[in-house]
Amino acid sequence: MNEIPGDLKFKKSHEWVRVETDGSVTIGISDHAQNLLGDIVFVELPEIGAQMSTEDEVAIVESVKAASDVYSPISGEIIEVNEVLLDNPEIINESPYHEGWFYKLQPSDSEEINELLSPEQYGDICEE
Amino acid sequence: MAINKTRLYKQHIEHNAKMVDFSGWNMPINYGSQINEHKIVRSSAGIFDVSHMTVFDLFGSEQEAFLRKLLPNDIGKIINNQKGLYSPLLDESGGILDDLIVYNMGNNFRIISNCATSAQNHEWFIKQSSKFDVAVSFNEDVSIIAVQGPESVKKLNKIGFNDINNLSNFDIKCDASVMIAKTGYTGEEGFEIIVNNSEVISLWKKLIDVGASPIGLGARDTLRLEAGLNLYGVDMDQTNNPYESNLSWTIDLNDTDRDFIGKKALSLIDKNISKELKGVILKERSILRSGQVISHENGTGEILSGTFSPTLGYSIGMARLDKGHNNKGKVQIRNKEFNIEIISLPFLRKGKIKV
Repeated sequence: MNEIPGDLKFKKSHEWVRVETDGSVTIGISDHAQNLLGDIVFVELPEIGAQMSTEDEVAIVESVKAASDVYSPISGEIIEVNEVLLDNPEIINESPYHEGWFYKLQPSDSEEINELLSPEQYGDICEE
Repeated sequence: MAINKTRLYKQHIEHNAKMVDFSGWNMPINYGSQINEHKIVRSSAGIFDVSHMTVFDLFGSEQEAFLRKLLPNDIGKIINNQKGLYSPLLDESGGILDDLIVYNMGNNFRIISNCATSAQNHEWFIKQSSKFDVAVSFNEDVSIIAVQGPESVKKLNKIGFNDINNLSNFDIKCDASVMIAKTGYTGEEGFEIIVNNSEVISLWKKLIDVGASPIGLGARDTLRLEAGLNLYGVDMDQTNNPYESNLSWTIDLNDTDRDFIGKKALSLIDKNISKELKGVILKERSILRSGQVISHENGTGEILSGTFSPTLGYSIGMARLDKGHNNKGKVQIRNKEFNIEIISLPFLRKGKIKV
């Protein structure tokens, strides 16, 4: 079980967000989500420079079991993607909150970050 | 519907299984990593709880005549041997109701079929046996463990099964309390052991003690797909006939005097124009999934089973498609088109890559 780092914020749809010191945000999927998916074998990441609105499909993650869409929890411009995942998607299973990040984004509306769930709130949802 | 649990439920929980509902049965999908479990079966030995499968025992003086009428494959082939025979189960129009293995146990026959179809099969067997001196009984007193992988013989020898080393595929050995069959659903050397419920926990523990690993039904699915074995309900159902399901070899027409259910309907099918079931390989970066549409120079098709092959490292699937593809085609995945290779199954058999 991977501990939820205290500095993360969550969306109900199992994405996490970390606000970096330069104001950009890093986004990935939760330990709970990777555990539900099982062994991840393929990931499709967004293009750098793409504009995302909240709840746009931003990435696709496929496990041996099924394909799932990842929705952007925050609006803004994609500034970096974790290309290591393309050849080593199993990193998402191994380290969902650290090496397994998906992409970085420059938020266009910082208010959206305040609407996200705390780790405790998200943890409660997962237990339901 | 109540959820059924096998006798090994507690063992699965102790091994940290992730349990899922599987056609009304609470079964282990994996014990941590499906891919690791898959690789264990390809390299050493794994054990599966497949007690959700349905066991029917036949009684009465006309079992042979009944089975020769019931099934398109001819149990005449195993009448003098203790052996199993794979066959689809057909309706009158040649549609596939299920697939199963029928075993000649010496004094009587036993059928093992899928779990989702158990009630429907039971009804069908009762209906079809009414003209024969045959009773078909649903056996709930036994459990099934599959031992699969290149080291399966070695593991079984270690726990006292010493008379199995010379068995050929589909051979069986049985005594009053256990039936061991050289069968499986992984494409590896392996066995399926049918034991009384009271003995299954002790057998499972012995196998764990000699180093066999528990394997979930998730890995069972990727293993059987690599081995080119159909999954009923995904790769074929009642709307399909055996010729378009890679099962022509199970239609035994050698005895021209024999009638079997579906025979007339099958004789009317033009095999030159019917579709075929083939393997599909996608080496580009994406994953084949059920329902994706295929096109090729002379027709179309659809992906049935599809997933990532842990052994090959790329996506594989099965497809039902028009003939004339020249082994090449395209598949549509989320608005993008990818090149595929169309192959004859299997992808893999007994550790050897066939593609």
